[in-house]
Order: sequence, then structure tokens, then C-alpha cells
Amino acid sequence: MNCVDFVELVTGFLESTLSEGDERRFIEHVAECPGCETYLEQFRQTIATTGELTPDDISPAARQQLLAAFRGWHRP
Amino acid sequence: MKRARELPLDEVLVQRLRDGDEQMFALVLDSWSKGMMQLAMSFVSTKASAEEVVQDTWLAVFRGICGFEGRSSLKTWVYRILVNIAKARGVKESQTLPFASIVSEDEGPTVDPSRFRPPGEQHAGHWAVGQEPRHWHIPEDSALRGEVREVIERALEELPPRLRTVITLRDVAGYGSEEVCSMLEISPGNQRVLLHRARAALRRKLEDYFSTTYDTVGERKRA
Repeated sequence: MNCVDFVELVTGFLESTLSEGDERRFIEHVAECPGCETYLEQFRQTIATTGELTPDDISPAARQQLLAAFRGWHRP
Repeated sequence: MKRARELPLDEVLVQRLRDGDEQMFALVLDSWSKGMMQLAMSFVSTKASAEEVVQDTWLAVFRGICGFEGRSSLKTWVYRILVNIAKARGVKESQTLPFASIVSEDEGPTVDPSRFRPPGEQHAGHWAVGQEPRHWHIPEDSALRGEVREVIERALEELPPRLRTVITLRDVAGYGSEEVCSMLEISPGNQRVLLHRARAALRRKLEDYFSTTYDTVGERKRA
């Protein structure tokens, strides 16, 4: 396996969907290639940082509008 | 901080909403809004349009709640409505909004080929000299970490819609691969390709950020 192939298989590796042979070659490659070892590490860091994004809530105005809409819906 | 009150069982909840119990509705709204915003953000590109998706979803729920048969949980039913509304809106947006794509949606390599040694050279297909990824010094300072998150947020906005959808569902909202495949009606292989392309594009954006902001020993460069 060379680096060009390696960089395309990282998500497959992290999701455990590589074939047995590919997984073995992936591990052999990363053990010997510092550049790809860093690439894999950066991929993990990217995923971890993306996971730190916190969801926005709806604005207080939108919340009030929905409460009013709910009220209006039930008023005969 | 006050703990959120727990919602009652669906049967009770649905009846209260049908009866117009406003307090119960406020409770549901406050429990589910963040999750709904996050899910909506997977399909549309701005907070304002995500908020409209959430609002439209609730309006559809008010109209449909009398016909809700309880074949799934109420939350699943609401989320399904949201996904349908968000998808339709996302499609419309992608047709009207020009986006500066940082990566093609499903073709070509995810790393610039010029970073590898060309065919014919010794060690072809391996990192070219000076092109290997350099170690990142991720800051511990919370303000600087916030800056890193902003880089990611901007990069997400610039992704082609399908890539943004998959990575937001998987890596931001934390849905599993099976859930995402069924939500989007795509195959596991297709989902993996889209996820990989999106992650690679974000990694590239972070690499640009770190290399322009920090020097090689992790000291912040002067502006």
C-alpha cells in the first residue's frame, strides 16, 4: 500500500469496513510511514473537533411564535 | 442548573398536546429544539433557515397530531417530518445559492495529487519531500479552541450539500451509520464515500489554518 491509497481508506479503517487484507496492509503501512501516521492522527483530531460543535437552540422570538401558534391552533 | 423535567409517556403526551396543554407543549419544545436545530442544520446552510424548518415542522405537527397513530414514537414521527421539510428546503437552496465548493462531491482524490511523488519516480505514490502532513499543536486555551471550531463551522458551510448533510449527521449530531443511511436513503458504501470526502476537506481546512497561524514548534505567529 502506498500513501495515495492510504489516505482514501482512513474512514473505512475507522468504521471497520475494510477487508481483512486491506486492514492488514493499512496497519503495516501506518506503522512504517510517519507522514500517514500524522495524517491518521489529524483525521481523528478533525472528527473530534467537529464533534465539539454545540447545537444552536431556536431563538427566543421563534420560541414565542411557536407558543403563540400552538395557542392559536387550539382556540376555537 | 435545573434539570429538565422528564416528558411523560407518548400516550399521555399526545393526548395533552391534542387537548392544547400549553405547558406540555413548552416542555416538549424546550426538550427537542436543539436536536431539531442540529438535524435541520444538516440539510440547510444557515441558522435562520434551520429555524424556519423547525417552525414549519411544528406547524405540520399541530395539523397532523390528531391523525398520529402511534406506530412510531412521537419524537421519531416529528423528526421524520422535519427531515422531509429540511430536505425539500435544502434542495431548493442548493439550486439557488451558489456555493464555493472546496471539494468535488463524489469524484477524484481527497488529497492534492501534487503532494505525492509522481509515477515513475522512486517511492512513487508516497509523500513528496516537504509535503508530509505536519504535526498540529491543538491549543488548550479555550478562546483559541473556539477559533478552531469557527474554522470548522465555516468549512462546513462551504461543503457541497450532500457532504455537509452526511458529516453533520455523523460527526456533529452523532447519528450512527445505519440511521444516516436510512434517513437519507443511501447505501452504506455511498455514505462512507461522502463522509470520507467531507472529513478530508475539513482536515485540509484545519491544516491550512494551523500552518498559517502557528509556526512549526506550535508558537502562534504574529499577525
